[in-house]
Amino acid sequence: MLTSILSISLGAILINNFIFSQFLGCCPFLGCSSKVDTAVGMGLAVTFVMGLASAICWVVDFYVLQPLGLAFLQTLTFILVIAALVQFVEMFLKKSIPSLYSALGIYLPLITTNCAVLGVVLLNVQNKYNFIESTVYGITGGLGFLLAIVLFASVRERVEFAEYPKSFEGFPICLVTASLLALAFMGFSGMKIF
Amino acid sequence: MQLVIYGVIVLGVLGALFGAILAFASKIFYVEVDPKQEQVRECLAGANCGGCGFPGCDGYAAAVAKGEAPTNKCVAAGPEAAEKIAEIMGVSAGEVVKQVAFVPCSGTEGHASKRFNYNGPQNCQAAMLFGGKSNMDCRFACIGLGNCANACQFGAMSIVDGVAKVDREKCVGCGACVDACPKKIVKLVNYDQHVLVACSSCDKGAAVMKVCDEGCIGCMKCQRECPADAIVVKDALARIDVSKCVQCGHCADICPRHIIKIQN
Repeated sequence: MLTSILSISLGAILINNFIFSQFLGCCPFLGCSSKVDTAVGMGLAVTFVMGLASAICWVVDFYVLQPLGLAFLQTLTFILVIAALVQFVEMFLKKSIPSLYSALGIYLPLITTNCAVLGVVLLNVQNKYNFIESTVYGITGGLGFLLAIVLFASVRERVEFAEYPKSFEGFPICLVTASLLALAFMGFSGMKIF
Repeated sequence: MQLVIYGVIVLGVLGALFGAILAFASKIFYVEVDPKQEQVRECLAGANCGGCGFPGCDGYAAAVAKGEAPTNKCVAAGPEAAEKIAEIMGVSAGEVVKQVAFVPCSGTEGHASKRFNYNGPQNCQAAMLFGGKSNMDCRFACIGLGNCANACQFGAMSIVDGVAKVDREKCVGCGACVDACPKKIVKLVNYDQHVLVACSSCDKGAAVMKVCDEGCIGCMKCQRECPADAIVVKDALARIDVSKCVQCGHCADICPRHIIKIQN
């Protein structure tokens, strides 16, 4: 059990990083990474939602959908669960952490349609993970997202002051940075644990 | 059939359950919104045009309610709205100068010469790729492919005879077209300024004459004859100083190229 959890975590954070090797969740990754502070907030929000969504979706899938033979409704049901969850998180943040709420701005509702969140729950089903494995995969997948977005944001903050050709200004230089980071993460792809 | 019924029941129950949880949560996590903010929001135009410099009407309403923004920034809703908002906030409104967009170009079809017939994507930006001045011979000419008209949320811009034209009544002065114009010729002018120079060309007179039947040639006649000294010809283009102009229309009468026009 422990080894499988360890291999799932390392896999989700480094080897099959959601952004750099599965290319899920690129919208908040590019949109919310101009400052490290907001990037951390976004990463934590995504981690929270991904972990919670994995747990709840696993329960819904295992105890409701599969016994009734409704596995074909997975995508639809998961979207419903995720949308409700994000709404809930948004209300919670608005009340208890308003500063984070205003920092995340438009990107918080966007987690609803963040493909990383839907991706993780569908991958859970595909990989036939049990409840604990699913939750761990969700949380560590979110942590991988957090790592990626924080790395990217800190690089972007420094790139602001770097000298590069004018034609690269704005998004082009971001995309170049992101692709270089993705290449670096490709270095993990051959790794296998246990 | 059974499967369908199960599907409907499961999704229905889940939906109702989540709905109930969210309804309950919205009570627990209710955040009080400044009632002024909602009142202010109702006075605004609601077009989210961004003319005020805030992210959307809600952003502006929040800033006003906090007292961080002046009440007269909504150009789309006009001075009446500014007064209403000022009343809500209990401050004086200040004056809203209504502005409208203006396209200073008269190079309509048949008047301005073209380098070639352009059949590419119907987008000014795309046409600009041909040597940075599109298919028009004049560097300053309106391309007339309608980037500004597409940017306008209020249907105030249209292309007439190959040049963008502004409907001064529909225009709210948000400036979306100013940003959309790749040639940077669209300007915002005061609504009550009617005498305007309908040309942007800073080329010398001879060069203008070669490429356009209309077009300011910088002959200085208007500068000499203006009774209010409001016109200055700089870089071979007549420029009207709005603060001095008395809108007598004399310049429009005497301009040999008829390029100073009275808009209404």
